Amino acid sequence: MDWLDPVLIARWQFGITTVYHFIMVPLTLGLGPVVAVMHTMWVRTGIQRYLRLTKFWGKLYLINFIMGVATGIVQEFQFGMAWSEYSRFVGDVFGAPLAMEALLAFFIESTFLGLWIFGWNHLPKKLHAATIWAAVIASIISAYFIIVANSWMQHPVGVEMIDGRPVMNDVIAVMTNNTAIVAFAHAIMGAFAVSGGFLLGIAWYQLWQRRRDGIDTVDENGRVVVGEAPEVPGRDREDHSVWIKSLRVGGVVAVVAFAGVALTGDLQAKLMFEQQPLKMAAAEGACYNGTSFSVLALGELGSRDCDDVTNVIEIPGVLSFLAHGDFETEIKGINTLVPIYQELYGTHIPDNPLYGAHAGEAIEYVPMLEVTYWGFRLMIAFGMAAAGVAVLALWMTRKGTVPRSKLIMLTAIASIAAPFAANSAGWIFTEMGRQPFVVAPNPTGIDGVYMFTAAAVSPGVSAGELLFSVITLTLVYAALLVVELTLLVRYVRGGVASAMPELGTPDDGDPQDKDKDETDVLAFAY
Amino acid sequence: MDFLPTLWFVLIAFLWIGYLLLDGFDLGVGMHMLVSTRSEKERRLLLNTIGPVWDGNEVWLITAGAATFAAFPVWYATLFSGLYLPLVIVLLALIVRAVSIEYRGKAATERGRRVWHVLLGAGSFGAAFGIGAMLAITTTGLPIDENAIRVGGAFAWFSLESVIGGLAVVGFCFVHGATFLALKTDGDIRYRMRRIIRLSAPVALLPIVVWVLIVVADGSSLTAYGLVGVAASGAVIGWIANRAGREGWAFTGFSVLLTAGASAIFLAAYPVVLPSSIDAAYDLTIQNASSSDYTLGVMTVVAAIGIPVLLVYQGWSYWVFRKRLTAAAIPDAQPVVPAVKRP
Repeated sequence: MDWLDPVLIARWQFGITTVYHFIMVPLTLGLGPVVAVMHTMWVRTGIQRYLRLTKFWGKLYLINFIMGVATGIVQEFQFGMAWSEYSRFVGDVFGAPLAMEALLAFFIESTFLGLWIFGWNHLPKKLHAATIWAAVIASIISAYFIIVANSWMQHPVGVEMIDGRPVMNDVIAVMTNNTAIVAFAHAIMGAFAVSGGFLLGIAWYQLWQRRRDGIDTVDENGRVVVGEAPEVPGRDREDHSVWIKSLRVGGVVAVVAFAGVALTGDLQAKLMFEQQPLKMAAAEGACYNGTSFSVLALGELGSRDCDDVTNVIEIPGVLSFLAHGDFETEIKGINTLVPIYQELYGTHIPDNPLYGAHAGEAIEYVPMLEVTYWGFRLMIAFGMAAAGVAVLALWMTRKGTVPRSKLIMLTAIASIAAPFAANSAGWIFTEMGRQPFVVAPNPTGIDGVYMFTAAAVSPGVSAGELLFSVITLTLVYAALLVVELTLLVRYVRGGVASAMPELGTPDDGDPQDKDKDETDVLAFAY
Repeated sequence: MDFLPTLWFVLIAFLWIGYLLLDGFDLGVGMHMLVSTRSEKERRLLLNTIGPVWDGNEVWLITAGAATFAAFPVWYATLFSGLYLPLVIVLLALIVRAVSIEYRGKAATERGRRVWHVLLGAGSFGAAFGIGAMLAITTTGLPIDENAIRVGGAFAWFSLESVIGGLAVVGFCFVHGATFLALKTDGDIRYRMRRIIRLSAPVALLPIVVWVLIVVADGSSLTAYGLVGVAASGAVIGWIANRAGREGWAFTGFSVLLTAGASAIFLAAYPVVLPSSIDAAYDLTIQNASSSDYTLGVMTVVAAIGIPVLLVYQGWSYWVFRKRLTAAAIPDAQPVVPAVKRP
């Protein structure tokens, strides 16, 4: 393999920056609505607990949000920077959802989030709660637009070919692409799974800390006896209700989200069997036609040669069920599909100097089997693990608190990572499974609307430039990940008082302090 | 008449001017964090003046980029790949700036806070310089061949013009940020900023004047020269108003300089969006770089809804946070400590 191949470096860069961006994004998408609901509950009921919930989870939301913003700009720019041939080829249709995202979602999201952060005691209460809703809804709308763009690469619709370029002729078709609708639903459910696990793990840790410090105890029936520690800021009786509420909300969100993920994932798989059959065959390591779902395959998945793969455990009928909803229909295997692809899309990259070292190269239609096969399975396994943890956690805390076991607490914290991992695995699977295409052909679409990844990079940009950017971005991203995690850990360890310093300062009853608070102090968020 | 491409050329110019006017002062405030403050409270004061609005301002840049992609994909692809290295710097700078603004106040130690505001200052400077260089290149030219592909290697963009453009935006942001701070704060900082503007503006605004003249002198219309006149009077009015302590007028004056100056540049460049320094036949123009009329029509509808509404709510957010801030009102920092019972 040529390590100085611009295509390879550009792909690594896109993969690293996008997977990284999508660590932050699902948490933003999934936690935002939870914070907005908590804020609304506070405004409607005036119950302190909801204010604390809003402030604490809102603080973590913001620490994470900024990382999504910072790494999002790279996404917007790198199509043109590293993938200029791609941008030229698809710009007529692909640029539009990106511009819509900026105009109709990003502006609302950023402006209203600024109003929310600095609006405490500044805006009328109801209006203030409305600002977080505006920001959160806009973030979900932005997810829709970007998935419309991605889905067009998976399943191009709404275009005609003019002078060798796809030109949009039906914006409604692009916006209502069935691939986009199910992928959007799947991604949003995946985001809620992330936020559910996040709430649950952190709340568990807090409840565990209260038990370890002897603040909360249990009676002979195992029911919680809530106590308080006045010397620790924020550790009062109300604090317990904040965490048990967070835990239950998190558990329920996680379970419901998993159901949603499974349902939408099933719809998506059925579409994918039609739209990108080779991707799904690769997900299965399925060389020959059949009906069985592979549980464990052994052999040289990396060799891309099907005959090196042996399925050791497989369940007859399940693959057909995934694809068609019955147990009999035979699913085409890789060995059947590759000749069909070769006939339709050629056996070699066109011999055009624009494609650099890849011009005239033979096309490998089979995606990297170890990535697709394991990506698909890890996604499902991590998703199921997260849902299992959530169900178990809800049952274990039914009497109002968590066990004193440190090991169980650490498990709860560790399982925060599972839905994140499921999200990453899913995206890596679907993007790697689309290879060798950057724009996958639509089997029922018009001819010629597809593009090979090898033909998509910027012809004028050298391997050196790409190496410089992939190295610097990766280093900066790695450092920032450490910073974000450090901050999250510090604020989590501080409990609610870290987001509400006023909990730490005893009220001395001086009315002047209060006035000062309301006019000045809280207006400064930084 | 190429109505839709022309309309989108105007809209993209509008987005760039909006970006430079709005995020321009955020970038300037970032630079002043580094060079014009004397205490921790002052630095926090500066940060809080832009706190509620900077992110919304930055979206103008993202939108300018995305609108270029949607409306002129060939321009977007050629410019962004041709300026690969400067844009990597811009991206790194913007990442560092965004994170510094949000995380600085959360640092646990004095040293941590210093690291963040040095990064914030450096990020603001780097972003301003890179964006200026990019805008200068798109108006003065890049060596691109008949396939609109950059030739001449990774540093082909490096030229006197790109440096002048970079310095122009840095200088403008520096003055604009100071004017914004004089308008948004009270106390020492306010008067210090007036002094900084008085002393720095004549030098800091020089590169932008040179850039405008380079582009406009290249055989332009009378209107472009008229705009140059308007820009020059804006600068003079801004400087005099600042001297007289009229901050609102000073801010308006320098904003007129930017708006009229940038308009003159875009007008002089029209209909070329990226000249080829190899052969004028390879120039990218609004005709050969644009999307189809259908796409432009769809995007026009989106912009016609999105932009007026945007102006209303973003304007409202400035109205909500219109009060002047003072260092004296900044509360003491509250350390975050683990909520643990100590034996």
